[in-house]
Amino acid sequence: MSDTPHSAQTSAPGEGGFRRFLRATEIDPRLLGMLGALLLIWLGFHLYGALVLGEGSFLTPRNLWNLSVQTASIGIMATGMVLVIITRNIDLSVGSIVGVVGMYTGLLQVEWLPPSMGLGNPMIWIIAVVFGIALGTLIGWFHGLLIAYLAIPSFIVTLGGLMMWRGMAFLASSGRTISPVDTTFALLGGGPYGSIGATGSWILCAIACAGIVWAMMRGRAARKLHGFALRPMWAEYVVAGISAGLVLIATLIVNAYPWPKGILKDYYAKLGQEVPEGAFVAHGFAYPVIIMVVVVLVMTVLMTRTRFGRYVFAIGGNPEAAALSGINTRAMTVKIFALMGGLAGIAAVIASARLNSATNALGDLDELMVIAAAVVGGTSLAGGVGTIYGAIIGALVLVSLQTGMVLIGFGDGSYRKIVIGVALVLAVYLDIVYRKRIK
Amino acid sequence: MTKENRGTPLVELRDISIAFGGIKAVDHVTVDLYPGEVVGLLGHNGAGKSTLIKCLSGAYKKDSGQILINGQEVEINDPRDARAQNIETIYQTLALADNLDAASNLFLGRELVNKWGFVDETKMEAETRKIMGRLNPNFKKFNVPVSALSGGQRQSVAIARAVYFNAKILIMDEPTAALGPHETQMVAELIDELKRQGLGIFLIEHDIHSVMKLCDRASVMKNGQLVGTVNVNEVTDDDILGMIILGKKPAKAA
Repeated sequence: MSDTPHSAQTSAPGEGGFRRFLRATEIDPRLLGMLGALLLIWLGFHLYGALVLGEGSFLTPRNLWNLSVQTASIGIMATGMVLVIITRNIDLSVGSIVGVVGMYTGLLQVEWLPPSMGLGNPMIWIIAVVFGIALGTLIGWFHGLLIAYLAIPSFIVTLGGLMMWRGMAFLASSGRTISPVDTTFALLGGGPYGSIGATGSWILCAIACAGIVWAMMRGRAARKLHGFALRPMWAEYVVAGISAGLVLIATLIVNAYPWPKGILKDYYAKLGQEVPEGAFVAHGFAYPVIIMVVVVLVMTVLMTRTRFGRYVFAIGGNPEAAALSGINTRAMTVKIFALMGGLAGIAAVIASARLNSATNALGDLDELMVIAAAVVGGTSLAGGVGTIYGAIIGALVLVSLQTGMVLIGFGDGSYRKIVIGVALVLAVYLDIVYRKRIK
Repeated sequence: MTKENRGTPLVELRDISIAFGGIKAVDHVTVDLYPGEVVGLLGHNGAGKSTLIKCLSGAYKKDSGQILINGQEVEINDPRDARAQNIETIYQTLALADNLDAASNLFLGRELVNKWGFVDETKMEAETRKIMGRLNPNFKKFNVPVSALSGGQRQSVAIARAVYFNAKILIMDEPTAALGPHETQMVAELIDELKRQGLGIFLIEHDIHSVMKLCDRASVMKNGQLVGTVNVNEVTDDDILGMIILGKKPAKAA
């Protein structure tokens, strides 16, 4: 190879081995910190279960699979909240948008469409999904207009939205629960049938690993083209190896979680067969999780590889400078809130599909979880700083705390709220300490 | 050297007025600028210099008057219009996004994209390294947010942004206010070089000595109105100070 591998910055003498490792691999230490915290929480719940209750039930394929599904709707919204908070805004209305969108998509597919299209028409779920995303986008766009062009603070606009859309959700059905939703639509919420199975998961795993290698080779080629410092080859292998390893572990876990007996019976009964001896059908990745991964990829590309993403960061860093650079900051604000609304629409589809019903309480208090997820994931309320992957890890941390407390027998709401509240403040404090130290 | 025998001015701001809530920040002011010339804009704080110049850079929209570029009247409604006319501005505040690195700031609003429309980060960094190598060879911090840079380094990023895009008209709002002596000298040399390349430069400056050294002409404003424009080599420091403080044009330069 003609290029000389050396790290971007010259390594300082006396630097510890771990620091040198981080520098060579260019891994964000905050990412490691967040993953470490997540792992600690998981181990903590598992060990508590194992030692105190006699059965560790957190680090089991079943619980981790459930965790992935439960994180999907919060995680999807948290990726949008990152943009909102980076631009020094806030969106308190996302939980209520989930409520109102869930309710209207529920009414659409249960009461409005079936009489004319026929119950179970394969177009119904598609229309419902498109409608849900469009309605969410429209609501977000409307909020954005009020914030950008009438200069009403986002806190106020979305606080108003929080109350108003929740009220609309109730009025839309006079408080009734709309159930059950279209059977195909319900698959988007996960469950044994709402997953892609073992083979599909392995195919996804292979695609993801190929994607990781491709992305790293492309990055290396681009650096070489302009004669920039390259990561040493061993660092490239380590980063690629760890990333692919995590994908592999996730695949192994979801493929180790079998369908429960009842579902097996139901499945084979439909085929007109007896359940074979020792039948094992794996769940594989659930649809909502796949949707979340796609959202994360799209949002990451949007934030790091497009002008739109650049402008989001620039507006957060210095709104005046952004405007003087010819960026239409008002239009950007409208787009960001519309995007946030659209993501809340997707979350509403997943949440109502998972419940197999639309209730006016759907998404209640989600806004707090979503904001907390973004902030725990390192998004700064002062603006200008935040990452998509951080928000997802933040969502995982919070949902882990929530479900973990239930698993170890502290399921009643009060303990959960205390723990999550403490975790939020602690996470932000640790982040402040970290930022001070790197300065 | 009188302006009549130099053909069409590069920029003519004719009879510009702008008011904020009844206060006339700029009141029927006319100034012009020729290629290869530095025109100093002077006056007290609040005299209207920055406001006048923001009408040219697109940050404000004039209430009345005309802006002519090479004799053609143009409409400048926002910073993009100004950039389209090859007008670049170095603001007093520098207008940098502190959380972004030098390359991101340099190309802010004009990012280089590849054939798929994605931002070409490595190419932008390579271009930034090239221009910074020319303007400020000591500049090495390409991968940190500009908040981590010194005042002079930040200034060179702001200057690089104005110079990179082939400005024909450059507006500098107190470019040396935050700089040390060495860096001030670098800016002075840069202004001379850009002048030789045929750029027209509006320089807002408080320091009379810098004005005498760098500018060809000086336009003095007071309370939103133009006191007068003088050829710098025909007047003394005291004449200009008199214009700034008393609002009186010296008799001999009339």
